[in-house]
Amino acid sequence: MDLFFVILLEILYAIGSLILISAGLAVVFGMMKVINLAHGEFMMMGGYATITAVDLGVNIFIAMLVVAPLIVGMIGLVVERLVIRRLYGRLVDTMLATWGLSLFFIGLATMIFGNTTTGISTPIPGFSVGNYQISGYNFFIIAVAFLLLLAVFLILKTTRAGLIARGAMQRADMAAALGYSPERIYMATFFCGSALSGLAGAVLAPLVGLVPTSGGAYIAKAFITVIAGGPSLIAGLLTSAGFFGAVNQVFTFAVSPVFGEVALLVSAVVLLRLIPQGITSKFFRGKF
Amino acid sequence: MNGSFQKDIVVTVIATALLIWLMPVFISTFTLTVLIIYGMLGLSLGLIWGFGGILCFGQAAFFGLGAYTYAIAALNIGESTLPMLLAVAVPAVLAALLGAMMFYGRLNDVYLGVITLVVTLILFKFINSTAGPQYTIGNARLGGFNGIPGFQTLNVPGRPDAYIWGDAYFHVCAVALAGVFLLVSALLRSSFGRIAVGIRENETRMSLMGYDVRARKTVLFTAGAAIAGLAGALFANWGEIVTPNLFSLGQSAEIIIWCIVGGLGTRFGPILGAAGLAYLKFLLGQQSMIDNTLIMGLILVLFVLFLPRGAVPTLVDLFRSVPWRRRSGRTIRARHTRRREV
Repeated sequence: MDLFFVILLEILYAIGSLILISAGLAVVFGMMKVINLAHGEFMMMGGYATITAVDLGVNIFIAMLVVAPLIVGMIGLVVERLVIRRLYGRLVDTMLATWGLSLFFIGLATMIFGNTTTGISTPIPGFSVGNYQISGYNFFIIAVAFLLLLAVFLILKTTRAGLIARGAMQRADMAAALGYSPERIYMATFFCGSALSGLAGAVLAPLVGLVPTSGGAYIAKAFITVIAGGPSLIAGLLTSAGFFGAVNQVFTFAVSPVFGEVALLVSAVVLLRLIPQGITSKFFRGKF
Repeated sequence: MNGSFQKDIVVTVIATALLIWLMPVFISTFTLTVLIIYGMLGLSLGLIWGFGGILCFGQAAFFGLGAYTYAIAALNIGESTLPMLLAVAVPAVLAALLGAMMFYGRLNDVYLGVITLVVTLILFKFINSTAGPQYTIGNARLGGFNGIPGFQTLNVPGRPDAYIWGDAYFHVCAVALAGVFLLVSALLRSSFGRIAVGIRENETRMSLMGYDVRARKTVLFTAGAAIAGLAGALFANWGEIVTPNLFSLGQSAEIIIWCIVGGLGTRFGPILGAAGLAYLKFLLGQQSMIDNTLIMGLILVLFVLFLPRGAVPTLVDLFRSVPWRRRSGRTIRARHTRRREV
């Protein structure tokens, strides 16, 4: 019974962290059809922003939930103005340019912070269930992930900005004809996407030792989750993160953590071969 | 692609001769050898991406697989001829399977990118986790993160004691690159090559004309992987150790950067891009002021933004637009090259 609870919690945690690391990429991809391969580095910078802020005496939760998203969002804004803006509509070129950016940021972080591992301790103590020790921080991550999805849903569903965003997502030309500048919408979207990446990197920072190349660990998973999710933003994220998270944890418990990762990747290849347009192109159509 | 195959042969022989006798004056042959190997790796992606329109994010997978196949086979066999052949065959077989799966599923662009990226990651993760003694193939321990050292290096076929190393190995690599280059040229001049370019320009049109696009893309993808595998085996011989880093995302990124910088749709571009950037990286590695990943990234971004066709085609066009060489056919060719970038 205890074991069952632990496994369930681990699966939820895996899903939550997949949602977190993919959200920023999903917003940018869903809205602008731009794949930001520097996404992992945005997360890495979110982590560094948090650690630096904590070292300067900022409360850790403020550093994670406010400072990091703002800083990374600003960086994203600069990147959008300087690079992405020139490449709209050229999917492959944006992928290449953002891959270049990712190398650039890795280099920059190495020059500033050095090629050593830094980290902070998790702010929430663990507790035990029966014979098992559980990290309390996992609950925090699950909560943040699902609150994040809820917030995105509510913003898209109820606010005027969300309405404009949804409109631009479906028919950018129509939104433009009605007087909303696509350029501004894209700018705002990229800011939000980058801020979400920063938030994810910040929240996950206490769990991993941070090095300038940390981003590489996330980008592939985020990329897979978003592509497999398909056109709908929230339904896509939920279904594909749910699927991959479950596959990962089941195989992790059944065999080994490495095998769990490999099983995730193999299932992604099979899934994409079967439904290349993503899960939500077949199921839950028309939802967001 | 103008001129004839005879002209290709003459150019290749001259270029190889210059490479063998002139270049060692400037750069040590040890460094030159690895530049040649990278050139071959660049050419492998240049072939499938530049002429077939297949953007593979995982060319490093075939490179690493070639290197590992060579190392494992050499440890088991103790003579280098068969391992070299296997190092070409194994990546080619994997590419044929993977390619068939992707192209018969009609996957394109991003989806192709994700799958090749994921396959590379799977190999990387798997090889990295094989540190334990239970992971052995014959006499070869896979060694996980530490890689496999101490295998038999290249020898004269049939004589396991006669090692080929140093300057002789440099000459072997140079000739191998020339051979691969001529094979690629012959392939591109054949009807297969011209149809591949047709597929790159417009896939639907070619399939409506009755060509089996899926089979042709699979074959081209396999050819690219075979070349990458050969480059991998040569690299294993050069470095005398193979490590999981050969499969890493960074390696894949570099191959793509070489092609972009050198110029897609040319045969020389990726080779020169690879050798040039690898040498630049080597020079940058000797200073510690600026991190060289940063510079590589910057180069990629700047080329995508301002020179998306790459260095070689731009230079060739500059040369052609000099007044005394102006020809009436030029505008048509320029329009074609521009369409490809979209």
